Amino acid sequence: MRSRNCERHNSKLRSLAKRALRALFFVSIVGWSAAAFAFGPSSTPSVFSPDSTPAHDIYHLSLFVLAICLAIFLVVFSLIVYATIKYRKKATDDDSEPPQIYGSNQVELAWTVIPILIVVVLFLAAARVIHAVEDAQFPPNTIEVTATGHQFWWEFQYPAYGFTTANELHVPVSDRSHPTPTHIVLLSADTDHSFWVPQLAGKIDLIPNRRNEMWVDPHDLGHYVGQCAQYCGTQHAKMLLNVFVDTPEDFQKWVQQQKAPAVASDQVAAGRKVFETNACMNCHTIAGTISRGRFGPDLTHLMSRTTIASGAAPNTQDNLTLWVKDPDAIKPGCLMPAMQLDTQDVNALVAYLMSLN
Amino acid sequence: MADAQPMVPPLMIPQEREGSRPFVQVMHDWIVTVDHKRLGIMYFSYGILALVVGGIEASIMRAQLAVANNNLVSPEVFNRLFTMHGTTMIFFAAMPIVFGIANYLTPLMIGARDMAFPRLNAWGFWMTALGGILLYFSFVGGFGLYGAGSAPDVGWFAYAPLTSPAFSVGHSTDYWIIGLLISGFGSIATGLNIMTTVLCMRGPGMKLSRMPMLVWLNSVMAFLVLVAIGPLTAAQLMLLIDRYLGGHFFDTQAGGSAVIWMHFFWIFGHPEVYILVLPAFGILSEVIPVFSRKPIFGYNIMVAATIAIGFISLSVWAHHMFTVGMTSYANAFFVASTAAIAVPTGIKIFNWIGTMWGGKITFTTAMLFSVAAVAQMLIAGLTGIMLASAPFDWQLGNSYFVIAHFHYVILGVIVFGVFSAAYYWYPKVTGRMMSETLGKWHFWLFLIGFHVTFDFMHIPGILGMPRRIYTYEASRGWETWNLIVSIGVIFQALAVLIWVFNVIRSSYKGKIAGSDPWDAWTLEWSTTSPPPDYNYAELPVVRSRRPLWDLKHPEDPDWKYE
Repeated sequence: MRSRNCERHNSKLRSLAKRALRALFFVSIVGWSAAAFAFGPSSTPSVFSPDSTPAHDIYHLSLFVLAICLAIFLVVFSLIVYATIKYRKKATDDDSEPPQIYGSNQVELAWTVIPILIVVVLFLAAARVIHAVEDAQFPPNTIEVTATGHQFWWEFQYPAYGFTTANELHVPVSDRSHPTPTHIVLLSADTDHSFWVPQLAGKIDLIPNRRNEMWVDPHDLGHYVGQCAQYCGTQHAKMLLNVFVDTPEDFQKWVQQQKAPAVASDQVAAGRKVFETNACMNCHTIAGTISRGRFGPDLTHLMSRTTIASGAAPNTQDNLTLWVKDPDAIKPGCLMPAMQLDTQDVNALVAYLMSLN
Repeated sequence: MADAQPMVPPLMIPQEREGSRPFVQVMHDWIVTVDHKRLGIMYFSYGILALVVGGIEASIMRAQLAVANNNLVSPEVFNRLFTMHGTTMIFFAAMPIVFGIANYLTPLMIGARDMAFPRLNAWGFWMTALGGILLYFSFVGGFGLYGAGSAPDVGWFAYAPLTSPAFSVGHSTDYWIIGLLISGFGSIATGLNIMTTVLCMRGPGMKLSRMPMLVWLNSVMAFLVLVAIGPLTAAQLMLLIDRYLGGHFFDTQAGGSAVIWMHFFWIFGHPEVYILVLPAFGILSEVIPVFSRKPIFGYNIMVAATIAIGFISLSVWAHHMFTVGMTSYANAFFVASTAAIAVPTGIKIFNWIGTMWGGKITFTTAMLFSVAAVAQMLIAGLTGIMLASAPFDWQLGNSYFVIAHFHYVILGVIVFGVFSAAYYWYPKVTGRMMSETLGKWHFWLFLIGFHVTFDFMHIPGILGMPRRIYTYEASRGWETWNLIVSIGVIFQALAVLIWVFNVIRSSYKGKIAGSDPWDAWTLEWSTTSPPPDYNYAELPVVRSRRPLWDLKHPEDPDWKYE
């Protein structure tokens, strides 16, 4: 009787294990097939919709780690549930003590050795991806960008093309067969920041007095979002990142446009005078003019950007006016001061800014 | 539950009821006390007070984040809230609570009359108390004489150079530095005291190999305190030198290093996690055997695993720094050391299950909290395995996934363990039982609240939400999750209120407990409840790991098998 019970018990366990294995298999098949096609840019930057090699590598590793963790969870959690249900004191039990078991070296050995093996596997899997991402070699057509973190905005320099822009990064799309990766050097002008666009790559910090680097090779056109992921001060929350992935032709067009100096127009001379006779020019650069400040974002082609204040607001005339009048209304605690200009000056200034295509 | 008589008769000194004496005299007695039990209660109460304050700070943050683009608090206030919440919970809630439990129970459990250094003990408590008061004084004095006060807003790990005078004007950061520096001295004193007590004060027959698990875990905790608080103290001193004496340790504009602060902080910060969680493991290792009616499974292995955790925890700190751009070799090393710590932690979980296996489990409130803590440790450990995988951490590090992970450890294991301890040892401390009905309400509400908040908190992290942001755009798809997370807070707050009510009510109306209400096996249950000032009139002689089992079962004592 006892052995038959045992057998039935064993076969039940076996079928349970089979079912668990099948479920695991199913989950990983779904995961892997989902990974086979690209996800495309999304306004929700999920780490599970990667669209660039480093993010893909991490995604594959994470599915593997998740599968292992899920398996461990199912086994151990079932043991806990089983033990608490099976061995609870029943109403029919007398007050006698259960058999006093002090331990078992065989069992201890098993649940020491098996976890060690799992840890070794997890380590090797992680080490492979660390190596692939951190020690990657770059082809000669790699685009070089230097990203500098500021409180609370991003400066992007393209040293090969000799221009600087801010807050919105443009990179060319990378064909899987002929990759055009973008290599980003990460610096900081003040406190720590972190560059995180989850669909493109894991985050790497920008630390003052230190040079970090990372790379992306987006496979799809479009607009990827992310934001600063290391607390950097009051407006850490509104230090947003926007990455635009262009076709190679569009990217070259954008580069040519950014390289050109600002076009001086007589119609906005009044606004330009306001800009150049106030403190604006101490902090902002407008290439081709005497404004050469480096503390704030480069405004040479301000109107080529879709947002202002590092993504805090859409780049519209109304928002620009509000921003110039009272930056704290959009981004309280940001470092740009309100210049106390009268309405006429503000309007002239905004007209000038809006001419900076 | 056998309402057994005290195993060791107390001395016949009449104990005065406190209510019959003038209030001032009672207060005076508490303030000048060097008794480990009173200091334990004071440590614990101080920690619970801080827990409530830190909980209120967290609730305000959750209210702010419940919907997108919320304006309930300004960014400045939000940044102060998360800085104060983290600092308060780690240094002034969790640490005093585990020190309180260690203080109260260590001498009782090893058959001693007090800690090795009673006055140092009092000094340690008052230093910790002063540190917390200084930290909170910053709300008034943070900006000196001009302007309103302000609490520190640099985050609880206060990364350089945000703490340099250039980015942190006023004195708020100084209050943070000095508050932690001073409470750190108190912690070192208490760590030293626990260590010495365990090594030198054990009663007759209480070999190291016979000590209760909680005492073992507390000694490894004390060892970690001695090793880990030093680097924090050193870093705080260097930061003070930077801020006031023109030093350049962390001043990046003068060639200092921001990364070296991170190393100093996390060499403290990671062992700190184990300083807090080991005592919780100890509590589980006491509660689970008693309510399963079986000895702890694999005592020797459990002790070995504890010591292994202690040592390995000193070599994993840079897993907090996977995103600072270390070399691939350094990253790989810390993946290996961090994953390795899962092995002894797993052994512990398996041994707790092994203890329940084949037992006769009674689900008192204490046991419910302990079993929930085991299951939650499993989940916290598994998300820890995910974060240990450096590339996965490049995505999830500093996101809400990490917040969910470490709150799973701190609430799911440490706070659940502390609640378990509160129900289990309350009869010993007060002489009365806590209400089990209120206890069950407390448990289920807290369990629901905990899971609603912290299970769902993983998701916005996976969807790219970084920590420490005071608001977010609606377009990011994080709204629903954040709302659910915030709703869970209501359940948790309600549960804690019920618990506080239960603690107060039971001290008047609880059933008289007797010396050994749980039919337990460790020494503290052999003296009266509450224990007399001197704990034991005659020091009990110990022959095994379960001295009271031996007394209750003379026909089948433990010492025959050990």
